[in-house]
Amino acid sequence: MTASQIPLLEVEGLTKSFFGVRAVSEVGFGISAGRLLGVVGENGAGKSTLMNMLGGVVPPDAGTMVVSGRPYAPRRPKDAKEAGIAFIHQELNLFTNLSIAENLFIDAYPRLGGLPFIHRADLRRRAKRALGAIGLNVPVTTRVEALAPGERQLVEIAKAVNAEARLIIFDEPTTSLTHRETERLFTLLETLKGEGTAIIYISHILADVLRLADEVMVLRDGALVERGPRPTFDTRRLISLMVGRDLAQLYPPPAAPQDAAVEPVLETEGLTQPGTIQDISFRLHRGETLGVFGLMGSGRSELARILFGLDRYRTGRLTLRGQPVDHLTPQEAIARGVAFVTENRREEGLLMDASITENMSLVTLHEDARGSLGVIQQRDLEGRVACLGGELRLKAPDYAHPVRTLSGGNQQKVVLGKWLAAKPDVLIIDEPTRGIDVGAKYEVYNLVRELAARGTGVLFISSELEELIGMCDRLLVMQNGEIVGEFGSPFDREAILAAAFREAV
Amino acid sequence: MRSVNPTDAPNRTGGLATLGRRLVVSEYFVILLAALLFVVLWPIVPRIASPQNLANLASNVWPLLAIAVGQTLVLIVAGIDLSQIAVVALTSVVGGAVMTQAANPVLFEQTPLWGVLLSEGGGILSGSPLAVPVALVVMLGVGALIGLFNGSLIAFARVPPFIMTLVSLSFFSSFAVFLTRAENISNLPSAFTVLGQGEILPFVSFAALVSLSLALSIGFLLSRTVFGRWVYAVGQNPRAATISGVPRARVVVAVYTLSALCATVGGVLYSARLGLGRPGFGQGFDLLLDVIGATVIGGTSLFGGQGKILWTVFGVILFVLLTNALNLLNLSYFTVNIVKGSFILAAALLDVARRRLLVTM
Repeated sequence: MTASQIPLLEVEGLTKSFFGVRAVSEVGFGISAGRLLGVVGENGAGKSTLMNMLGGVVPPDAGTMVVSGRPYAPRRPKDAKEAGIAFIHQELNLFTNLSIAENLFIDAYPRLGGLPFIHRADLRRRAKRALGAIGLNVPVTTRVEALAPGERQLVEIAKAVNAEARLIIFDEPTTSLTHRETERLFTLLETLKGEGTAIIYISHILADVLRLADEVMVLRDGALVERGPRPTFDTRRLISLMVGRDLAQLYPPPAAPQDAAVEPVLETEGLTQPGTIQDISFRLHRGETLGVFGLMGSGRSELARILFGLDRYRTGRLTLRGQPVDHLTPQEAIARGVAFVTENRREEGLLMDASITENMSLVTLHEDARGSLGVIQQRDLEGRVACLGGELRLKAPDYAHPVRTLSGGNQQKVVLGKWLAAKPDVLIIDEPTRGIDVGAKYEVYNLVRELAARGTGVLFISSELEELIGMCDRLLVMQNGEIVGEFGSPFDREAILAAAFREAV
Repeated sequence: MRSVNPTDAPNRTGGLATLGRRLVVSEYFVILLAALLFVVLWPIVPRIASPQNLANLASNVWPLLAIAVGQTLVLIVAGIDLSQIAVVALTSVVGGAVMTQAANPVLFEQTPLWGVLLSEGGGILSGSPLAVPVALVVMLGVGALIGLFNGSLIAFARVPPFIMTLVSLSFFSSFAVFLTRAENISNLPSAFTVLGQGEILPFVSFAALVSLSLALSIGFLLSRTVFGRWVYAVGQNPRAATISGVPRARVVVAVYTLSALCATVGGVLYSARLGLGRPGFGQGFDLLLDVIGATVIGGTSLFGGQGKILWTVFGVILFVLLTNALNLLNLSYFTVNIVKGSFILAAALLDVARRRLLVTM
């Protein structure tokens, strides 16, 4: 920041408590036009609360905010908009049943004269201009539901740009984007900066923050622990600032090296479902961690669903623990020792309103039940869950509380816990660390290591290559529903990426 | 920080508000409300506490409770069963046709049952000592088949429960009327009518025994068995339940079958009390309003995943008491239904508010 620049936004002593707990404590920072401020912190560090105060969603308890030299005290999101601050949330706020143009002007439709009729031609013209400004080449009459996640986000950005936002806040913008969409977003961020827009960028993906930011700010337990120009940070330093201690490593070390001759627990041969996966053949051995890397739409998640019996396959052979199976259902997959942690924790992994105990016991109910009626021995069941919770280092005041009240990391531990109870031979995990903080990630990795050491074969599906390289013994790369490459340690990043992007780019 | 530790939540409000909130969320809210209603009405309508009226209240509770217990199961899996009253009507007619001891040819000669199940001497098992047990088995069988039919189409063909059971309601209630040309089948054996009218001890009727045992067994099934956990899991999140190995389709079929069986038990009790095989049970919406109203007022969520048999017991008591009080106040039929409807709306709004409370707590 040069001395001549007046900060666009300046914040001092911002504080907010919920129910007597300090969510944000005396945070102060400033940002100038054309700069990008990266904000990192674990879940619960206060990032969202801080941004909600800037966006007028919640009022601060104390502290001052100044926008372009004038005091700024938003009481509702509309005030923020008028002050030129736009907030692009993790979950996008678009009306999927309306067209792009209608979404862009939802709160200010161009009118015909002073009449309450929409000037459609003008609406389309202005929408087209707005899309042009951010480089999205789609007809403005397209309904938002027909757009890919990345395109939807561009619409949201167009909305902000169109409203002449001088400061745009991004909260985890890349969570649901493909690699290509992410690159497009980053280019757009550079353009916006060049035009003088200030940007606050919140993300768990530290590499992205380090790549984009001019300045970085680290939050921990609601307080600002460090703020400075980007070159003073690297990944390791960011992590130790975020968690408040040094993590020896990002990934726990593997157990004893695997014997290559061990039996396969999962074997496929020519597994094919037209339009989804094509001729999938591989073996997963006892105690092995096998990674599956691919872009969104490469068929990686679809493969997982087929292996667990959720979706069908047309041809090919599937063998579990040495026995061939056909017409697999989830119940049968579980009976044959398969466990599945899906990529959608909230929609498919958990009963959000049910208690921790109910969630963790769901898969193994029969083990704590007696008689032909299946009468549950509640005490045995609770004892078993408490035991599992200890193993998982689950942080929860009471196992009778609904899982909705837990943080993302602890929710993921509950999902893992319910499968751990089943002592699986095959564990399929799809994006297990998405949206959870660094500390919880490490614990998830640890659990995977432990399971592998006990002889479970782990099929680790992820879109984060670093994580796969850190955790896996072998790696399969998928593209267009096919396995296009197999890699062993030591992994060659370039070659893996080349395989995944071949033709796709 | 979007979610905040739930244990801190009560601190933010004052004592009274906390008490009010705790009361609304409490499981005894409904029975307390019933007690309050009774106490308030006593001085206004002293007749409400007369022995005859109390006996009348009790006899109105039991058949409704049996049916509402089944409805509770269905609501917990996030469904609804509108066809229950058609099950009551059809089983009532079929059971009556099997065991009646005499049928008037003037009334029944033109019916499809005449010469097949019915003759001047009554049903095919008229006078046989097996008439009542066989009739009960046939009734339960017919009920189970209707439940299986509903459940299978909902679980496997994915027909939305509302439209499926609406169609069943229309179909089977009309079928009941068709079978007897809308005539009631009378002359039911006393071995049957004692089920609805007889008492073992004063205030302990057969109906009470049957209905309470049913409520207790289903309550046990729901709260203590693997099947019960599955029912809640399917109601809360069918996708997560399936992935956790819960046989979703089988659970749904079982729940609708149990719902129809509960309706059959209700049908047995109603038919026995009136001494009639009555096709009219499936006509009009009075009984349906009572069943769904009592269940929802008890607190079982219309969104699925939440509900208890105990709540339904309380809901039935409150609803029967309310109806009784409105009748004793000499209000017209229409006024009574308007008030009942308002109560159900209030319960539904409370359900929505309760969900919001639980989510933000």
